[in-house]
Amino acid sequence: MTTYVQTAADDPEAKQPKPPDSDRSRAENRLARNLVAPALILMLLVTAFPMLRALYLSLFSYSLTSPDDRKFVGLSNYGTALSDPLFWRDTGNTVMIMIITVVVELVIGFAFAMVMHKVIFARGTVRTSILIPYGVITVVSGFAWQFAFSNTNGFVNSWLPGVSDDFNWFAEYPSSMMAIMASEIWKTTPFMSLLLLAGLAQVSEDMLEAAKVDGATWWQRLYKVILPNMRAAIMVAVLFRALDAYRIFDNIFVMTAGANGTESISFLTYRQVIEQFQLGIGSALSVLLFLSVLVVAFLIVKLFRVDLADARQES
Amino acid sequence: MTTGSIRKVVAGIAAATLSMSVLAACGSSGSGKATLNWYINPDGQGTLNQLAKDCSTDSYTIKIQLLPASATDQRTQLARRLAAEDSSTDLMSLDPVFVPEFANAEWLAPFEGASADKVLDDDVLKGAGETVQWDNKVVAAPQWANTQVLWYRKSLAEAAGLDTNKPVTWDQVIEAASDNGGTVGVQANKYEAYVVWINALIQGAGGNILDPSTVEDGRDAKVTVDSKAGRDAAGVIEKLADSKAAQPDFSTSNEGTSLGSMFPEDGAGEFMTNWTFVYGNYKGLIGKPGGPKDETEFKDLGWVRYPETVSGEVSKPPIGGIDIGVGAFSKHPKDAQAAAICVTNREAQTALAVNEGLMPSRQSVYDSAELKKAYPSDLLALFSESVDTGGPRPKSAFYSQISSALQSRWHSPTSVNAKTPQKSADFLSAILQGKALL
Repeated sequence: MTTYVQTAADDPEAKQPKPPDSDRSRAENRLARNLVAPALILMLLVTAFPMLRALYLSLFSYSLTSPDDRKFVGLSNYGTALSDPLFWRDTGNTVMIMIITVVVELVIGFAFAMVMHKVIFARGTVRTSILIPYGVITVVSGFAWQFAFSNTNGFVNSWLPGVSDDFNWFAEYPSSMMAIMASEIWKTTPFMSLLLLAGLAQVSEDMLEAAKVDGATWWQRLYKVILPNMRAAIMVAVLFRALDAYRIFDNIFVMTAGANGTESISFLTYRQVIEQFQLGIGSALSVLLFLSVLVVAFLIVKLFRVDLADARQES
Repeated sequence: MTTGSIRKVVAGIAAATLSMSVLAACGSSGSGKATLNWYINPDGQGTLNQLAKDCSTDSYTIKIQLLPASATDQRTQLARRLAAEDSSTDLMSLDPVFVPEFANAEWLAPFEGASADKVLDDDVLKGAGETVQWDNKVVAAPQWANTQVLWYRKSLAEAAGLDTNKPVTWDQVIEAASDNGGTVGVQANKYEAYVVWINALIQGAGGNILDPSTVEDGRDAKVTVDSKAGRDAAGVIEKLADSKAAQPDFSTSNEGTSLGSMFPEDGAGEFMTNWTFVYGNYKGLIGKPGGPKDETEFKDLGWVRYPETVSGEVSKPPIGGIDIGVGAFSKHPKDAQAAAICVTNREAQTALAVNEGLMPSRQSVYDSAELKKAYPSDLLALFSESVDTGGPRPKSAFYSQISSALQSRWHSPTSVNAKTPQKSADFLSAILQGKALL
């Protein structure tokens, strides 16, 4: 995780001018390339090959149970997917889950990061307990929350005021979605707070002191000093979590199995390939999922650049 | 190289050799005796484990591997192994609807010559025999056969004046129940058994979901749901949905939910189409919650052939059960086929029926003394007649898509009307052509 933060801190502005290459540095570069090459080749084999294979398969009408009927259909699978209401319903679900969970996680995660940053007693214990949910496997967290929300053996109904004891959370769309998102938020908020904690650590104490001396209130210091100075960390946190949330699968698989229209794009893809054995359309969907993730990444990067520029002008 | 590093290399080689020999031992035991892995579903495990022992010989041992409980998970797990050409999948218990899918993908080793004759001799009931044939080959061995009959309370039928000595129709059953305080139990949740019901209703009206002459053509099969038979079938579902006889959980009902309405604390009971396990289920529940109060009430349980969709047209009871397939990539296909024949023979089927209530696919077992002792003879005759004359679900390599497509357009049963067959036909055609997502 620290690696992510270092990458983020690697702001273009901070880059040093490149010194001229010496013989020694060229030799070192060559050695570095040779050392990295085996890993790179292995990575290509295990990641690039399946991706290219999926791209290739997406151009076929191909069912695993009918290999002889495989035929080339060009981009027709993409046409089918993009013109199908099911695809758009599931995309809508996925985008909704992504936006709501990331926003909630950002707020809660920031609060946790502040606690972890400022805490003076039992520092290790506080930090560890905040991070525990992230150590839990997503499937396990899905089951745990499914039991928690269950109307027969769960505790959520008896704890929540205004909810009757026999309320079935998984019977309808809105309540199922709330349960799925609660599980997702619980599980990944620690990750968000960890990235934000690294950002908080970058904010110089001198600046905060100066702001305090100038008479800035706590809110002013937060908005004018802390947040602008940890923008890179916030961007990384939002980007990573958004991309992760867009691929949500485990919670839905465990908690509703897609019932009541709670399916995400990953789940739709899973059903086409694993349950229906439709490798062609399933591959097309996974390529579309990959492209959507790229679009989301692009949008977030763009969005934050605009915001950062504004922030700079203001300050 | 230092002594330390040489030692490390030697240790590495030793470890690799050791792990290789351990891995090799997994495939077969040291004495050269082959191990055949038999993937079974959880039904009747006790007897199946015994069969695996009894059918093991000096040249091979049959080892049981348990599949998950849900049919979808069973199919997915087997398909993943077979798609990867797994040589350790020797025998597998298959739901009849998986057989065409697996056979078309060439994942099953067909039985040929003498072994095919043994698997499919004259003793095998027609409905069960049909489920193991694909492309004019015998691709699996029928182990046990399931079918549905109409279970009912004799007192309820009597009160309604329904003559159950001759075939009854769905209309009669629904009216008899609603006019006399009874209900009609079916399986109408969004799952496979709902398709079983729809298929039986359509076939009972003389139609089919897919044209039988093109059903094996995969994507090119002709969809024939939108027909008079399809509309007759929709009519039955609509009639039950609108009737007082529909049970409260009609749209989420399954094989288990309607069992409780047969012997309620107060009320007239029900008519229920359900599988063969029902008899043994109630027999074991005499005097217990959910079952008949006493032996006398148990005697009030009646059974008759699956109801007719259209009066005068012979009904087509559903067929289920388990077929034993042999993996096409098995290292021991001959042994595995011999084992498949052994675990589906007369003795094996008798044991499954007597111990587990899983009904045989061979006529001679129905006639055996052991079964006659365990079940009433008219019930045995009804079961074997139903399996013999039942109607299979579409035999297609795309069955799972066909089933899901039907479920998505026929569920909820309360929304079924005369337009449903046409809507489902359009959607099913689009799915088969790859023009829509499921």
